[in-house]
Amino acid sequence: MKRLESNFINMVLSTTIVALLAAGILGYVYTVTKDPIAATKKAKQEQAIKDVLPEGATIYEPKICEVNGCTIYPARDADDNFVGAAVESQTNGFGGNVKIMVGFDKYGHIINYAVLEQAETPGLGVKMTDWFKTDKGDQSILGKQPAINNLTVNKDGGEVDAITAATISSRAFLLAVHDAYAAFAERSGLVNVDVTTGASGKNRTALQREVDNVEETAEETVETVEGEETTETTNN
Amino acid sequence: MNYLKTLLNGIVKENPTFVLLLGMCPTLGTTSSAINGMSMGLATMFVLICSNVVISLLKNLIPDKVHIPIYIVIVATFVTVVQMCMEAYLPDLYATLGLFIPLIVVNCIVLGRAEAFAAKNNPLASLMDGIGIGLGFTIALTLLGSIREFLGTGKIFNAIVFPEQYGMLLFVLAPGAFIALGYLIAIVNKITKKS
Repeated sequence: MKRLESNFINMVLSTTIVALLAAGILGYVYTVTKDPIAATKKAKQEQAIKDVLPEGATIYEPKICEVNGCTIYPARDADDNFVGAAVESQTNGFGGNVKIMVGFDKYGHIINYAVLEQAETPGLGVKMTDWFKTDKGDQSILGKQPAINNLTVNKDGGEVDAITAATISSRAFLLAVHDAYAAFAERSGLVNVDVTTGASGKNRTALQREVDNVEETAEETVETVEGEETTETTNN
Repeated sequence: MNYLKTLLNGIVKENPTFVLLLGMCPTLGTTSSAINGMSMGLATMFVLICSNVVISLLKNLIPDKVHIPIYIVIVATFVTVVQMCMEAYLPDLYATLGLFIPLIVVNCIVLGRAEAFAAKNNPLASLMDGIGIGLGFTIALTLLGSIREFLGTGKIFNAIVFPEQYGMLLFVLAPGAFIALGYLIAIVNKITKKS
């Protein structure tokens, strides 16, 4: 069979038919893969929520809400008591979006965290998935309370060891943790909560003031934090 | 046995990475570990085989003046199929390679083989060429990925060979890709020249 001549009708017909066929195949594959794609995304998120909350806690669906761009998933234990929340928050890292899920207990202590999405440098920034959980030096942020502990990298006067050679990724991560906490604190109120210092009856304003103090020390060095937090500081 | 020759041709004599030096962007970008390199190679191989066969079957129905746009549509269709399947069934891999998958469309290996081989040969020969070139690409990427992973993190396919802190991080990053690729090409040249 000889190759089709390049006249107008042949060209229009062949391109149209090929394009239609391609569209048909893609449409079919899309419908087949749509559900698994959605399912894996959901499973990943649910797994992350489960990982960062205490054992046996379940999500209290009606209370899921969004505060300052963070999604909060409050959790209750078997007796229906509020035990904490998983908070999803995101910032810009070194190589793109950093999206994390942080679990807080009802006093605002960090239970655990999971990195949902990141595009940091392989071998450096990607270590954030485990780095801040590892109990070595001042790396770990688990068990800390962002309003009491200054959760910025020690280069910026904070008390967390940054990932070696990935300070920007570390800052982004800690900023995301901070945002998550701010959203959590705003939503839960944290009123009359006995925080680790033993200062019972501490109301939200006092707690908020502590957050502000932390920010002031950090502001000079962390430009990224500065831009994000000014609105909050002026509020008080 | 002509077909066997076509197959081997792609793996050794016309290896797309070491001899033709085609498709350098995915080669350098995705080979930070052995498994990443291999997956990228396999994804490209799948697209290459499908597009080679389809283009070879359709070659007489495609008028010369519009052949490039039609080839691109065919290649892009297969790439999108791969992308959607990967996202659905291999989400972890998709998280690492997702960015590079759409780039297979403009990978010069795929279009190059369509133009240089599939458009002139029968479907069976094109299939063999697709397998050969695809395997050549996969082997090259796996090799490069293993070397970089080994030197950079002390692992091969995630199996620990030596502790990570003794690894040269440089090899996981972009400069290491160029260095490792350069040495690999030199070694391959040395071996093929001798025989």
